[in-house]
Amino acid sequence: MSTTQNQFHRDTERTTADVPRRAFVRKALRGYEVKRDETKATFTDWQKARNVAANIKYDGVNHLDRYLLEFEEKFTARGGKVFWASNSAQAREYVLQLARDRGVRSIIKSKAMTSEEIHLNDALESEGYQVVESDLGEFIQQLKHEPPYHFVFPCMHLKRDEISALFEKELGSAPTDSPEELTMIARGFMRRQYIDADMGISGGNFLVAETGMVSITENEGNARLTTGLPRIHVALVGIEKVLPKLSDLALFLPMLATAGTGQHMTCYNSMFGGARQPGETDGPEEFHVVLLDNHRTRLLADAEQRDALGCIRCGACLNVCPIFKNIGGHAYGTTYQGPIGSVITPHFRGLQDWKHLSGASSLCGACTDACPVKIDIHHHLLHNRRNAVDQKPVWWEKIVWFGYVQTMTRPWFLRIANKLAPLAQKLHPLVLGGIFDPVRNWTKTRDFPEVAEESFHDWWAKRKEQSK
Amino acid sequence: MRVTLFIPCFIDSLYPHVGVAMVKVLERLGHEVLYPEGQTCCGQPPFNSGYWDEARVVASRQLEFFKDAEVVVSASGSCGAMFKVFFPQLFEGRPEEAAAKSLSSRCFEFSDFLVNRLNVRDVGARFEGKVTFHDGCHGLRELGTKQEPRELLRAVKGLELVEMGENESCCGFGGMFAVKYPEISTAMAEVKCNSILDTGVEYVVSNDSSCLMQIQGWLDRNSPRTVKSLHLAEVLANR
Amino acid sequence: MKGDRDKILARIREGLSVPAPLHHEMPARVGQTAQEPAFRAWLPAVGASVEEQLALFAKQSDLLRTEFVLCADPKAAAAHVASLAAAHDWKKVGFHPGLLTGALMPYLPEDLEQMCVEEGYDKLALEACDAGITECEFLVAQTGSVCVTARSSGGRALSVLPPHHLVIASRDQLVADLSSAYQGLNAKYGAALPSFISFISGPSRTGDIERILVLGAHGPKKLTVFVVG
Repeated sequence: MSTTQNQFHRDTERTTADVPRRAFVRKALRGYEVKRDETKATFTDWQKARNVAANIKYDGVNHLDRYLLEFEEKFTARGGKVFWASNSAQAREYVLQLARDRGVRSIIKSKAMTSEEIHLNDALESEGYQVVESDLGEFIQQLKHEPPYHFVFPCMHLKRDEISALFEKELGSAPTDSPEELTMIARGFMRRQYIDADMGISGGNFLVAETGMVSITENEGNARLTTGLPRIHVALVGIEKVLPKLSDLALFLPMLATAGTGQHMTCYNSMFGGARQPGETDGPEEFHVVLLDNHRTRLLADAEQRDALGCIRCGACLNVCPIFKNIGGHAYGTTYQGPIGSVITPHFRGLQDWKHLSGASSLCGACTDACPVKIDIHHHLLHNRRNAVDQKPVWWEKIVWFGYVQTMTRPWFLRIANKLAPLAQKLHPLVLGGIFDPVRNWTKTRDFPEVAEESFHDWWAKRKEQSK
Repeated sequence: MRVTLFIPCFIDSLYPHVGVAMVKVLERLGHEVLYPEGQTCCGQPPFNSGYWDEARVVASRQLEFFKDAEVVVSASGSCGAMFKVFFPQLFEGRPEEAAAKSLSSRCFEFSDFLVNRLNVRDVGARFEGKVTFHDGCHGLRELGTKQEPRELLRAVKGLELVEMGENESCCGFGGMFAVKYPEISTAMAEVKCNSILDTGVEYVVSNDSSCLMQIQGWLDRNSPRTVKSLHLAEVLANR
Repeated sequence: MKGDRDKILARIREGLSVPAPLHHEMPARVGQTAQEPAFRAWLPAVGASVEEQLALFAKQSDLLRTEFVLCADPKAAAAHVASLAAAHDWKKVGFHPGLLTGALMPYLPEDLEQMCVEEGYDKLALEACDAGITECEFLVAQTGSVCVTARSSGGRALSVLPPHHLVIASRDQLVADLSSAYQGLNAKYGAALPSFISFISGPSRTGDIERILVLGAHGPKKLTVFVVG
């Protein structure tokens, strides 16, 4: 077993045992589900809308080269700078170099999973830059020195008293059990940061090819302040985020909000086309977009799973996933948690090291049902399992399945096994739950049904005999 | 109609009475029931584990046994989904592809068959008790069977159907997943079973015995003698 | 610094040489001409008449906790602003010049300091404003959104930095849905779109702590929309 897989087993053993935390997370996610269903019901035809959204993403991803070039041309024409980064190191170095060249002192950031992906904060901080996460959830996680728990709701696992204690320790604020007061503490702290920062770093939900714009969706207004006040704006965006047309957002903005949080529209949906233009009141002097590959082209090359690049990171699949609800976001050990994370992480970080995430699923398919762009998520988990075996079968599994094939292709052998099973089961209590129990992974927590004295096959044969 | 039964391997040895109940219901409705005796497993365990070559060896045998069947009715939504949805993928671009697609088109899960093919809702059953229905995920999402079992249950005299809060949540079985990731699987069972217990029913009914093995297994260990699990066919066979 | 533009493009093209299967049915992509608004058939329904749309905008505003005020004219809106100023002890408001703001600002109380952002501004001074008064491009009935741009609304910060954002719009700025808003922007600006476009749907909010709604996370705690005429 790989170290990542061992870690996963250890972590899930711990997190699944934390019953109160599981109940807390489940209740919150259930709330989003109820709200999502209410908002979905206001759509004239949600299923058709999903088809059209999937269709537009299919168009975007399958003509990615063309749309990226169109984006670059339009974006550059408005004075923006595009940097194409093959990997994390290149992307980090570009931002660092920019900060050095422009004499940047302090940096404010709005929520960007791409930045988590390339560990940008660590790189900036190690060179002495002050970096502040402005999204409330991300800010809390930054203070906690913990990665986001859920890529849309970073601190959804924390209770208010934990956040109050954290603020008390890190910011010296007075303890409170009011979420509103806690929010205002962060607001108060952040105000000055926006004004003092020289550089604002954001992610991007969509890249609009037609107009060369980056579209950012948020509720708090922190991204607007991060991109509006500092003199330099850098957006760190995955190459797969293209939408062909600006008007496509008329479909995607409501769908993203509905699928993710159950809102009709997220509070602020902003499209940024360049730095401050002549005749405009304010805005940054420079606008840079870092287009991040970081193995997205590896996923693109897998035609079967290419649709996973259409993901709009709404989080709907996490919200409905029984695995996520029970193991929690940190157990995944990945930047992108939940079902979509289990699909894409093996492509980004290596199949053999991350195949266990595709294995850790009952394949219930709730994710695929919830996906607004119809990514075939749970079937891709099956594909990852198959690809992992094709690439490198596990020797003992190979033996198990050899035995299985021998049994299942010889019905007489299966009949004998069925006849012996009741006897074996009578002896089972001798080893039950212990290390010699062959089915201890079942019997540790669940009873095993009694094997029937007469199988269906035998019953049928007897009946046939009697009716003769 | 000549109805050919597919009795998956675990139902054959652990829950033979489910098969017997299906025979009773179908014969009561006046159909001839057939059972190819060489059938074993649909191949789903290795298929779901990524060992598609091994799955194909076992699956291709089933293609043989069911090649002449007019309709095939599966006792399990999950194994039914294997026939109906995954066989065509498993044999894509191979000599067996046509046979797999043909079987797919002739295969039904039990409740789907009764309601949509036979157009029957009331099978003349009587069952006294308060019941909740668990949707097996494969039946629900791969086969799209949601209302069919409920329509059948509502027509059963004496039966009171109550929905549970987590009715579409997975029970956590997932085949090999249940033993490869026992902690996660058990946590899922706990959520599911507590939702069942919250309804105050006497019985939990499903069209998938594999889910019921998980649910009953957890209940017997953690809340014995509270709720009994039954396959839909067992309820429908009761008079 | 030189990036990997050509290498990335080459990898993309190599990957795309194998076509992707479709996992979903492909409906025709309707409504992609400028005359025919897209997506209307699937998104939440919007009434056809101005009255219906205004009623929907009011309903959505209510859900979003936007204060929605119908006024006879800018002078009436100014009276409302004055009452807010008195109630919350405002000292200073930010605004940008415009037809509607120009018709409103003169009617504000004399002791309420006015700060115009047109010729640039001091960030700290703007932060110290109690409210920002702006115009907008459109009001979107379907979603209760206010469409602002850098051109129409005094830049990027005026509508987000002060704790109360007030928008003054005329009745004819109301459009049915987002598609109509994008069409309107295209018609007005052509290729020279403003560098900043935003759909504002209610005051700033967060649910990051225990999923409890808190208004005014970083942006305005309150949003007031005046529709005049």
